[in-house]
Amino acid sequence: MSTINETRPADALRAGDRQADERASSTKPLGGIAGWMDDRLGGAKGVSFLAKKVFPDHWSFMLGEIAMYSMIVCLLTGAFLTFWFVPSATQVVYDGSYVPLQGVTMSDAYRSTLAISFDIRGGLLIRQIHHWAALIFVVSVFVHMARVFFTGAFRKPREINWVFGTILSLLACVEGFAGYSLPDDLLSGTGIRAMNGFMQSAPIIGSYMSYFIFGGAFPGEAIIPRLYSAHVLLIPAILVGLFTAHILLVFLHKHTQFPGPGRTNKNVVGYPLLPVYIAKAGGFFFIVFGVIALISAVVTINPIWAYGPYDPSPITAGSQPDWYMGFADGALRLLPGFLEFVSWGNFTWSMNIFPGSLVLLPVMWTIIGAYPFVESWVTGDKREHHLLDRPRNAPTRTAIGIAGISMYVVLFLAAGNDLMAIKLHLSINDITQTLRVLFFVAPPVAFWITKRICLSLQRADRQKVLHGRETGTIWRYADGRFEEVHAPLTPEERWVLVQHESREPLQLTSAKDANGVDSPIARKEQLRAKFSNFYFRDRVAPPTPSELEAAHHEHDHGSAPDGAHEAIEAAGAGRERETIKADKQLD
Amino acid sequence: MNALAARRRHPAAIAVLLLLGLLVTGGAYSFLAPKDANAAATTVAADDVAKGKDLFIANCASCHGVAAQGTKSGPSLVGVGAASVDFQVGTGRMPLAGPNIQAPQNKVKFDDTQIAALAAYVASLGPGPSVPEDKYTTVIQPGTPENNKAIAEGGQIFRVNCAMCHNFAGAGGALTRGKFAPALEGTTPKHIYEAMVTGPQSMPVFNDMNLTPEAKQKVISYLKAQENETNVGGLTLGNLGPVSEGLFAWVFALGILIGCAVWLGKKAA
Repeated sequence: MSTINETRPADALRAGDRQADERASSTKPLGGIAGWMDDRLGGAKGVSFLAKKVFPDHWSFMLGEIAMYSMIVCLLTGAFLTFWFVPSATQVVYDGSYVPLQGVTMSDAYRSTLAISFDIRGGLLIRQIHHWAALIFVVSVFVHMARVFFTGAFRKPREINWVFGTILSLLACVEGFAGYSLPDDLLSGTGIRAMNGFMQSAPIIGSYMSYFIFGGAFPGEAIIPRLYSAHVLLIPAILVGLFTAHILLVFLHKHTQFPGPGRTNKNVVGYPLLPVYIAKAGGFFFIVFGVIALISAVVTINPIWAYGPYDPSPITAGSQPDWYMGFADGALRLLPGFLEFVSWGNFTWSMNIFPGSLVLLPVMWTIIGAYPFVESWVTGDKREHHLLDRPRNAPTRTAIGIAGISMYVVLFLAAGNDLMAIKLHLSINDITQTLRVLFFVAPPVAFWITKRICLSLQRADRQKVLHGRETGTIWRYADGRFEEVHAPLTPEERWVLVQHESREPLQLTSAKDANGVDSPIARKEQLRAKFSNFYFRDRVAPPTPSELEAAHHEHDHGSAPDGAHEAIEAAGAGRERETIKADKQLD
Repeated sequence: MNALAARRRHPAAIAVLLLLGLLVTGGAYSFLAPKDANAAATTVAADDVAKGKDLFIANCASCHGVAAQGTKSGPSLVGVGAASVDFQVGTGRMPLAGPNIQAPQNKVKFDDTQIAALAAYVASLGPGPSVPEDKYTTVIQPGTPENNKAIAEGGQIFRVNCAMCHNFAGAGGALTRGKFAPALEGTTPKHIYEAMVTGPQSMPVFNDMNLTPEAKQKVISYLKAQENETNVGGLTLGNLGPVSEGLFAWVFALGILIGCAVWLGKKAA
């Protein structure tokens, strides 16, 4: 051993440090690849946080998952389609294998879509999966949105996520419309023609806007490449980004849960992501993909070959947009023509088109996005809510939602007025007139009916708590009296029916301050009190424990169901009675 | 208590009740629906025109008048031509079962010789389009490049002139006030040709000046080629466009997926 390599005191001091280091790295709980990754990326903490995240179980919480998975299916199949689709309006002569179009001049976009459908292996299936998945994506987005609305899941702290979701649903529709317009078949070209008309209906700037977007006069060669960029690049990027934020906020806020015993605003009762929800959600992805693939394999969607190439002169009967734009098309069909007028010489105001095309969409989505803020202002509720409302326990909100949906459905049906006319043998004019009336009449009627149904359901719940469930078993007493046996609820069943709070309208304390001077905020508060009254005026309070107690005592001298508590048994024991099943009564 | 009352709370009761209701309504309708006035001509004349006149008097005169001059309930048939009679009677639209906004296609009431006789009689009243020659109603079969080109041309003519009412796939479409353009599938080439040439009901006339007989033949060949194409995409949902697709997505796709979600939600963790 040379003197140079002799161990020096400083090294001796550090020797233990290295061992500690080695010890530390060798005692990591993760081994193998996971440990190797964690040493370099340090993700274990985050992964363990996510894996332990608890989610509650309910089928309606999976509606958003359907949306997520169908979006992923769209992304995957969309990437496949970009390999062959040519976003170009260059005119070519078709010489592919679809006979009824051979020798026809068409755009390269249409030719390449025909090639995907007929000449590329698996192309038609992928195209159909892409289109069906898009329809199902928007369907599930809307149904998910309805679930969140009717259960009040948008309340604090989730208002921002509601707004994100609102923007996502709008983007989903725009993205779908852009895709529908790409193949340049007769139907999609008609859609672009309609879009051109919508832009031109904008007062003053309309024609400029149309020239700007189409890069000249309609149809031009610019619109298909531009829509393509929007469809494959711009909108999907925003969609995916916003969706990531949407799902991250769900993790941050924790998932809401339906009320039940042991469930509070401070906990989440359910199962952890790993292993339960990884398996369930992962499995559900394959179910969704499988169902979409199955539908796409057996049901045609958008048979572009049958429509023929786009040409501004022809049009086909039954030209409609895909369903999610149907309500806007319906609005156009309902708007009466007399709204168009000419003023200032020969300046045309296309008010028969403008409200249904350019105003409707932003207005509708603004109302949807603003709703949580309006409701929290009206109710004065600034607390956090992690427990969902049962829709019946928020009758006014539920009724507002149904009224909005009924308005939407009227517009939606109007988009199919021609098909209803032929299939139901009705007059298209009568259908249109009826729907015009219904647009104004249906929402208030739907509001009223829904609210009444909610209140009666609450009353039924109250009755059920106080008197138990009707069993359908009739008791006949010696004195000839009949009474139906009511089975009492278990505490677990009862909890769900009584846990909600029944809010009273906000009261205006005083419009004047102590010195009799008008309060500056009184006017605003007056309005708020009015709205609050509208929200909470009609209410059915859940039974209080003392009411429940009183109801039980009332039952003491009433019927005596099996399984009732002792007091009832004692009181009923002396009576002579005979049980008969309802169906044997008249034998 | 009788047996019926005992089972009124049975889970199947509502389904049985609905079925019964539908059956009764359907049965009542089939009794009350307008039926054909069946007055077969008994006289057999040697002459086609005379035979046709007899048939006409027996079956058509109540609306069209004894001399086919027209009445309040039916138009004059002078000058409509044999093609019109062949189309209207040959597709069962005439004689009309009951007053209606538009004569619907129906069961054909006469055999070919009777229709020919009726057509001969109406044609004798004044000049009009005649039943087309076979060479124009022969369908051009796809196969050769020349024929394929003719079929594709027929498609272009169809999209420009016909699709706005009859739909891109000839599935039919709505017109104003309950009138409609009927579906074209299954219509014989001769009847399609006659419809173009006579313009029945709301349809405009496509005479030989604006669509030559050869062009009409191409349109017919396109329709038949489209009809004979395999439905490569699967079920067509009636070829009605995005409305039926949207309905399918909402009812079946969403239904199946929610079913799966409920099933998965019920699965134990």
